[in-house]
Amino acid sequence: MNSWILDNFWAHFAVFTIVILAFVIIGVMAFIYVERRGFGPFQLRRGPNRAGPFGILQPIADAIKVLLKEDVVPDRADKVLHTLGPVIVFLPVLLIFAVIPFHGQIGGLIANLNVGIVYVAAISSLGVVGVFMAGWGSENKYSLIAAMRVVGAMISYEIPLVLSLVAVVLATGSLSMNGIATGHPLPMILLMPLGFLIFLAASMAEINRGPFDLLEADSELVAGFHIEYSGMKFAMFYLAEYGHALAMSAVAATVFMKGWVGPWDAYLGWFWFILKTLMIFVLLVWLRVTFPRMRIDQMMSFAWKFLLPMALINLLVVGIQVVAFGGDIPWWMMFINFGLAGVLILGWSKFFRPGGARVEYQV
Amino acid sequence: MLNSFGLLGMFLIIAILVTAAFVLIPIALRLVGLGARRNPNTDKYTIYECGMVSVGKTHIQFNFRYYFFAVLFVAFDVLAIFLFPWALWMGNAGVFELGAAVLLVVIVLIGYLYAWKKGVMQWK
Repeated sequence: MNSWILDNFWAHFAVFTIVILAFVIIGVMAFIYVERRGFGPFQLRRGPNRAGPFGILQPIADAIKVLLKEDVVPDRADKVLHTLGPVIVFLPVLLIFAVIPFHGQIGGLIANLNVGIVYVAAISSLGVVGVFMAGWGSENKYSLIAAMRVVGAMISYEIPLVLSLVAVVLATGSLSMNGIATGHPLPMILLMPLGFLIFLAASMAEINRGPFDLLEADSELVAGFHIEYSGMKFAMFYLAEYGHALAMSAVAATVFMKGWVGPWDAYLGWFWFILKTLMIFVLLVWLRVTFPRMRIDQMMSFAWKFLLPMALINLLVVGIQVVAFGGDIPWWMMFINFGLAGVLILGWSKFFRPGGARVEYQV
Repeated sequence: MLNSFGLLGMFLIIAILVTAAFVLIPIALRLVGLGARRNPNTDKYTIYECGMVSVGKTHIQFNFRYYFFAVLFVAFDVLAIFLFPWALWMGNAGVFELGAAVLLVVIVLIGYLYAWKKGVMQWK
C-alpha cells in the first residue's frame, strides 16, 4: 500500500471513501446478479440471460429502468416520512463498511475502531427505523402491518445476534474487527459452530431475507412496507436489502472466518476477504431457496424459545472453555464443540418445535 | 481514538449526502428532460388496497402483540451490553468472574422463564 495515502489524513479519507462507495455499489450489483442467476438453476428455469452475455448487464438495465420511472407518492401519505424512509434504510449499510477490515493490518478502511464489533451491532439495527417510517408514512394498512412485524422481528433477533458476538469476543479477547480476525489461530466457524449458526439465522432475520422475509410476505401482505414506492425510492430499498446482505456477509466473513487472513495475505488479503464474503452470500442464497417462509408466530417463538437459550448456552460453554484453558482455547476443542453443537440442536429441537405453535382464531 | 471517531463523523456526512443524491437523481433527470413525465391521475395517487376503495383510517390503535417482546428485549439488551466488557477481560480472569456473570444472567433468566410460563411468547 502506498504510504503517502496512509500518512496524509485527507488523502486517506478521500481515497477510502471512494473505495467504500464503489465497493458497495458494485458489490450490490454483483450480488443481485449472483442471486437472480443462482435462482434460475435452483428453480429449474434460466434466470436473466438477455442483457449482455449470460445476462451480466441485467443489474445495469434495472438501474436505468428505475431511474427513468415516475415517482408516485400517494396523496394521503406523509410526504416527509415517505421520502426519508429509503434514505434512512440505506444509510446504515454504508456506515457498517467504515470499520470492516478489507486488507492487512490497517484495519477498517475509514477508521480502525477499537470497539468495532459494538459499532457494527449498533449500526446494523438502525435500518429498522427507516423501514418503520416507510411503512407508517405510506398510510397503507398492509405496509403498517409489515412495519409492525419488522419491529417485532428485529428486536427479537437482535438478542441472539449480539450474544453470539459476545461469545466471539470472549474467545478472541478483542472488540476491534481486526483484533477478532487475528485473535485466534482457528476461525470461529470451526471453534464455535453453534455460535456461527445462531449468528447466521439471526442475521438472516435482521436483513429480512430467506425464510424470515415476513415484512414483505407477498402472499399475505402484497409487498409489505414498500407497496406505495416506485422508481428510485423503491430501488433504494432494493439496494439497501442487498447492501445489508453484503454487509452482514462481510461481518460474518471477518468475525467467523478470519476475514483477510489467508495464504500470502500481504498481497492477497482483499481477495480472501471478498472470496469469504461471497461464500457466505452464496450460503444465504441457498438457504433462501431451500426453506419455505415461516409464519410470524413461528418466527417469534423461534427467536425467543430456540435461538436465545442456544445463544446463552453457547456463551456459557465458551466461557467455561476460556476459564479452563486460560484465555487460549486449544484447536482440538473444536471437535468437542462440533459434537456439543449437534447434540444441543437435536436435543432442543426435540424439546421444542417452532412448527408446533398454534394460532387460535377468535370469532 | 478521537481521530477515528472524527473520521467516522465525516464519513457519516458523506454517506448522508450520497444517499440523498440517490433520491435526487430522478428529479435532476426530469429537470433536464430525461426522466419520466408526470402524468397525474386521481386513481394513481390513491392507496393500494387490492383494487378496492380504501375503507377507514390506517392509523388506529390495534393489538399488535409485540409489547411483551419489547419489554423482554430491553432486559436482554441491557444484559448484552453488560456482557461485552466482561467478555473482553475474561481472558485473564478466573472462575469467580465467570460465576458472577452466570449469576447476572440467571437473574434475568428468572424473569424470562416467568414470561415463558405465563405464555407471553405464545400467540393466543
